Amino acid sequence: MKTENNDKDMNLERTADRMPPVGKTLDVPDEPTFFQESIHQLKRNKGAIAGLVVIALFLAVGIFAPYVSPHDPLEQVIEMRKSPPFTEGYLLGTDDLGRDMLSRLIFGARISMIIGVVSVGIAMFFGLLIGVVSGYYGGWFDKIVMRIIDIMLAFPYVLLTIVIVAILGASLTNAMIAIGISQIPRYVRLVRASVLAEKEADYVIAERSIGASNFELMFGSILPNCLAPISVQATLGVGEAILSSAALSFLGLGAQPPTPEWGLMIASSREFITSAWWIVTFPGIATLFAVLGFNLFGDGLRDILDPKLRD
Amino acid sequence: MGNRGHAVSVSFVQRDNGLQMLKYLLKRLSLLIPTLIGVATLVFAMVALSPGDPARVMLGERATKAQLEKIRAEMGLDRPLIEQYGIYMKNMVQLDFGESIKTGRKVMDEIKELYPATIELAFFAMLFATIVGIIIGVLSATRRNTWIDYTSMVGALVGVSLPVFWLALVLIMIFSVGFDLLPTGGRINIRYYFEPMTNFYVIDSIIYLFREGDPKFLTSVLRHIILPAIALGTIPLAIIARVTRSSMLEVLKQDYIKTARSAGILENRVVYRYALKNALLPVITIIGIQFGLLLSGAILTETIFAWPGIGKWLYKAIEARDYPAVQGGVMVIATTFVLINLVVDILYSLVNPKIRLQ
Repeated sequence: MKTENNDKDMNLERTADRMPPVGKTLDVPDEPTFFQESIHQLKRNKGAIAGLVVIALFLAVGIFAPYVSPHDPLEQVIEMRKSPPFTEGYLLGTDDLGRDMLSRLIFGARISMIIGVVSVGIAMFFGLLIGVVSGYYGGWFDKIVMRIIDIMLAFPYVLLTIVIVAILGASLTNAMIAIGISQIPRYVRLVRASVLAEKEADYVIAERSIGASNFELMFGSILPNCLAPISVQATLGVGEAILSSAALSFLGLGAQPPTPEWGLMIASSREFITSAWWIVTFPGIATLFAVLGFNLFGDGLRDILDPKLRD
Repeated sequence: MGNRGHAVSVSFVQRDNGLQMLKYLLKRLSLLIPTLIGVATLVFAMVALSPGDPARVMLGERATKAQLEKIRAEMGLDRPLIEQYGIYMKNMVQLDFGESIKTGRKVMDEIKELYPATIELAFFAMLFATIVGIIIGVLSATRRNTWIDYTSMVGALVGVSLPVFWLALVLIMIFSVGFDLLPTGGRINIRYYFEPMTNFYVIDSIIYLFREGDPKFLTSVLRHIILPAIALGTIPLAIIARVTRSSMLEVLKQDYIKTARSAGILENRVVYRYALKNALLPVITIIGIQFGLLLSGAILTETIFAWPGIGKWLYKAIEARDYPAVQGGVMVIATTFVLINLVVDILYSLVNPKIRLQ
């Protein structure tokens, strides 16, 4: 923050030195903003671009699932059971009940994207809210919050989601809630730390002195300044949520049959590892690519948004 | 010469502060107790809040009301919640988790029997991940921006994006079903007459080897552990490789490395003697944290490989709503996790004095 302010001062001085003679105008090129600079860096980061393309692809497939899938994902064609890939009309083959693999994967993309966005949405909403308030006001509220966060972090992540689902009952909705809750601590910590660093900053004090309310200061001034690390965390969080929900469904604690959820598809394929490799393989590859997309983009974002890594 | 930075920090520790170290230790330890109480409370709440009735689970659907009442009274479920909580906490302190509803055995006894299997699996997974991860990390750091670096880093990214349970199935499909090289599950060939002593089968089978001179137990045990260890170790492997690489790159930039190079010391010696030693510091932290995480990751791996450890057992307990077993299992894993993290933090603060001053 400080260096940025200094830069601005220097810019002012420089412009003052170069004040055009009266009557003439001078074009001073604008310094690129942080946002413009980031977009520029993003274009040069191949991994991030690749990740973005993959994410866009899965999102598009998910949104337009009913239009792009060749079959109904739940339709069972008994005489076509366990057809291998490249069977006429069934590009990726069919599963043990004669359902089209490709269509199930496509609808699985829709489900996984929803899971990712909803879980991370839950985590961010509560995480940001709690983190900002906790960091801003401090005191007993902050103490209690930090204790609870410590307790949540005392559970390994997978175990925490399983424990929460065990309380709520096994369903896809509850899996999303469980994953969301398990991801709350990271946002609380992130935001709280940023708020602690920012709340005595000059711009906050200045705004307070001209009568900005606590609410405006917390959510209008301070929070937008921590958005860079939050967006990195959120991107990586979506990938993690997709993986966790697949794991929960695999254990029978998430989506229930006949939902075409990827983890559930892998679980029900277990008995076919000797007879039908495609039923086992494809849902895993779909999961891998979707998660990889978010991880690539998240990693790229981190490189771009972390000023320390910038040359 | 290469150790100058290190030497400075050591003298700093000696001069400044046994006292500060002690303060830090006490602070960390004092946080441990409330955390564990919180964990125990959450585990209690988990059962108190969850739908379903333990008495019903025990007696089945056809139990009469009178039978249910009786068993509830026996289990103390008819008492007010706060009293139940008090009794529960008292038992917790004595490490008494009660009896499993399903088997009727003491939960603690079952855990004692099963935990070694999980620890053994986690140990071999971590061994695999650490060795391969560090090698890959060092190779890609020293050959930065070559195809080795690119392939390893893409591989590492794939590694953290994989659904582990799927990888496990694919490994079984290829190595057990396809090539018939390795067994699909279990800890040892079930036809062998094998009496475990420590329940760490590798140790047990080595004892057998020395006592009876027959290596078949050891071979069987090792063959059984390969696939689950690879499946479980993949994520930590990828993470260790990435951390090693970035830490190594950081160290290789430093002055003492430049000095060593300019003094004409062989590049290999610079890398492995001087750089790697300091670069491994953050890696050690990661290894500790990942080891803790593995214990819960084992739930998936053990289920697939029919590995008779605490993960598979806990999963079965959750499925059967065997509440005392679930409480015990979750409590033990969470406590182990907390303790490992504590040890990692303390070790790290020993080598890095800056942490203590915060």
